[in-house]
Amino acid sequence: MSDPARESDAEARARRGRNIALALGLVIFVVLVFVVTIVRLGASVTKQPF
Amino acid sequence: MAMTEAVSTTAPTSGKTPAAKAPARWQDFVQLLKPRVMSLVVFTGFTGLICAGRTVNPFLAGVAVLCIAVGAGASGALNMWYDADIDAQMRRTRGRPVPAGRVQGADALALGVVLSMFSVMLMGMALNWLAAGLLAFTIFFYAVVYTVWLKRWTAQNIVIGGLAGALPPVIGWAAASGSVPLNAWLLCAIIFMWTPPHFWALSLYTSEDYKKAGVPMMPLVAGAASTRKQILIYSLLFTPLCLVPAFTGLGGPAYLAVAGLGAAVFILLAVRLFRSQAGEAPRPRKDALPENGGLYDVRAGAKDARNLFAFSILYLTLLFATLLVEHLMGVKPLSLLSGELLP
Repeated sequence: MSDPARESDAEARARRGRNIALALGLVIFVVLVFVVTIVRLGASVTKQPF
Repeated sequence: MAMTEAVSTTAPTSGKTPAAKAPARWQDFVQLLKPRVMSLVVFTGFTGLICAGRTVNPFLAGVAVLCIAVGAGASGALNMWYDADIDAQMRRTRGRPVPAGRVQGADALALGVVLSMFSVMLMGMALNWLAAGLLAFTIFFYAVVYTVWLKRWTAQNIVIGGLAGALPPVIGWAAASGSVPLNAWLLCAIIFMWTPPHFWALSLYTSEDYKKAGVPMMPLVAGAASTRKQILIYSLLFTPLCLVPAFTGLGGPAYLAVAGLGAAVFILLAVRLFRSQAGEAPRPRKDALPENGGLYDVRAGAKDARNLFAFSILYLTLLFATLLVEHLMGVKPLSLLSGELLP
């Protein structure tokens, strides 16, 4: 018989790992979109008079 | 008929996917993306990007390669979702996350759909919509045309389906230049023609696995002798094609040398395989390791099939690596048709 408490710990650990991986993936995507935007707009943005 | 016997009539049912036995770890989701396949796709896609010969912002070039990788991973996840029923029957694939019950089929489907959309959208925003469209088509072709339709229906599955694996250099080229000239399609054609001898050589010594799952691979449908003959025919068509880049201003002298020497070895191995008994009467190995379930059981002439299979990987890798190095080093490509070989 498996110990329900240990099983629950394992599930919690796995869920935490999945959540961290998902958060990292989303952060990377957001950063990518931001940097892509800057690179694509490039000089058009930096040469704009403020 | 062998054909009808071999074709699976089992409809894939995600509902029959085993319930999760252990909590899914993030590594299981990475496995859904088929990292090994992804690495080959990245390599050929990057080669296409470099061979385009256009100056691309290095960050955007990295994003293009990432999008190709994620798109390939998404195709892999969709494939593993749909094929969970047959994967569970094959020793090579039964340990995959969905058939093993570590990841629910619906989660694999969701991952595949989300990553497909993200990769295509990002490719369109960062590079251009031609590359994004080609990426979307490649994902669709692998996940729907190959996985859903061809794989279970015809022995030509890997021939036609091979287009999905052949398109990454075209996507890379399009990402860099916004166009897809004939040289880009030439790289695609090389991988496309490479696929049948590569996979059929493998299937000659793993066909028992496919038989169990009801996947109509060529040796099961047409027989081993016919498969060996078709491998030889495809090899005779494929190897001259590998020399063509040296005539079209794509490959340089090193490429010509690698392609020529490799072609000779490829044909030699294909002839040996043709003359062998590969794929005939199974002769199970007594010392087959339990962990691989005897997947690579020795069959008559299996060595010849394995030799061609292994060399096919080496040859394709060398061809693309040589092109990549030549273009990165700025080696002037040959163009034998226009007489530029002469000083």
